Amino acid sequence: MKTGDLVSLLAAGVEPIDARWTTRRYVLAITGGMLGALAITGGILHLNRGLSHEVLEPMFWLREAYCATLGSLGVLAVARLARPGIRLGVVPAGIGAVVVAMWTFAALILLMAPAQDRTHLLLGATAAVCPFLITLVAAPLFVAFVWAVRGLAPTRLRSTGAALGFAAGSFGALAYSLHCPELAAPFVGVWYLLGMLIPTAIGATLGPRLMRW
Amino acid sequence: MQLKEEHLRSLLIRGLAGDSSAYHLFLGELTAHLRSFLRRRMSRLPEETEDLVQELLLAIHNQRHTYDPGQPLTAWVQAIARYKLVDLLRRRSRTDRLHDPLDDDDELFAVADTEPAEARYDLAKLLKQLPDRQRLPILYVKIEGGSVADAAKRAGMSESAVKVGIHRGLKALAMKIRSIA
Repeated sequence: MKTGDLVSLLAAGVEPIDARWTTRRYVLAITGGMLGALAITGGILHLNRGLSHEVLEPMFWLREAYCATLGSLGVLAVARLARPGIRLGVVPAGIGAVVVAMWTFAALILLMAPAQDRTHLLLGATAAVCPFLITLVAAPLFVAFVWAVRGLAPTRLRSTGAALGFAAGSFGALAYSLHCPELAAPFVGVWYLLGMLIPTAIGATLGPRLMRW
Repeated sequence: MQLKEEHLRSLLIRGLAGDSSAYHLFLGELTAHLRSFLRRRMSRLPEETEDLVQELLLAIHNQRHTYDPGQPLTAWVQAIARYKLVDLLRRRSRTDRLHDPLDDDDELFAVADTEPAEARYDLAKLLKQLPDRQRLPILYVKIEGGSVADAAKRAGMSESAVKVGIHRGLKALAMKIRSIA
């Protein structure tokens, strides 16, 4: 086929593009992924029995805000990477700033705590399982984000994979927090972050294979 | 060049709104720029330039919903062109045959190559390999130039199935080209 004929073929009867299509796809991915993550948290794990009084503590909401903010920044990074020629801009710096803010707060908490309490503030009772459970809970979000991005056009597949893994890990951590009894900032700063970074690494590894077009 | 960017951008934006003749002009003019862009970067693979021009046109068409009207068109086209070029070279593992740099190039719309050319693979043949629910809508609407409503009647499909068939069929065609090229 001559190139001119291909041009005619592509242009013939072309349908208008719905500008909201992309947004709808992300909303669907976040909603579906989050429902899956909550189903794992409530079904396979279980909701934290102390939840009703923990919601009265400021640290509960700080932890939720930490996960939700990182997840939103992650999705923003994905949205930019999934469009050819759009730069990431300040999004990675924003993610770094949120993490550093949490670490600074955690360091203050550790400094002010009596020496014998510090190990518990850092390790809690669930440090050994926390990052892996967050990864498990994040799995449906990961799949949903890969689906969303496969309908777009990422040109940097490793970065895109990492970004969507991070977004899935962060929203996964948000869902997981309804199971997790740990509220100490040092714990959240280290083990939650690690739980977000495992899906990030998985995404960076699988990205080129999952999203090629 | 700024004028060229503005001109092509306004054609594309009208095309995205469903203006078929503006979109035809956009793709036609873009073809010449793509060909020249690739010729300069594939000087050691001259016989494959036109294959990639067609692959790029299909990619640009299939991903046109990812263009943000607030964004420079050059950046968008160039990111897709570089992605596809690197993808081609990686597929071949013949990177040794290409030494021209792949860095940003503001000259995309400054040069054009309008010599009509043909790809080595036959798109018409690839089209025949598609399942009917994709092949017929593309045949009736995109090749014969009929309306979606007509195509729906002739193929015995709903109008939305015709639209989906065209969309999926062109994506499948892009994947077929990618696997043989």
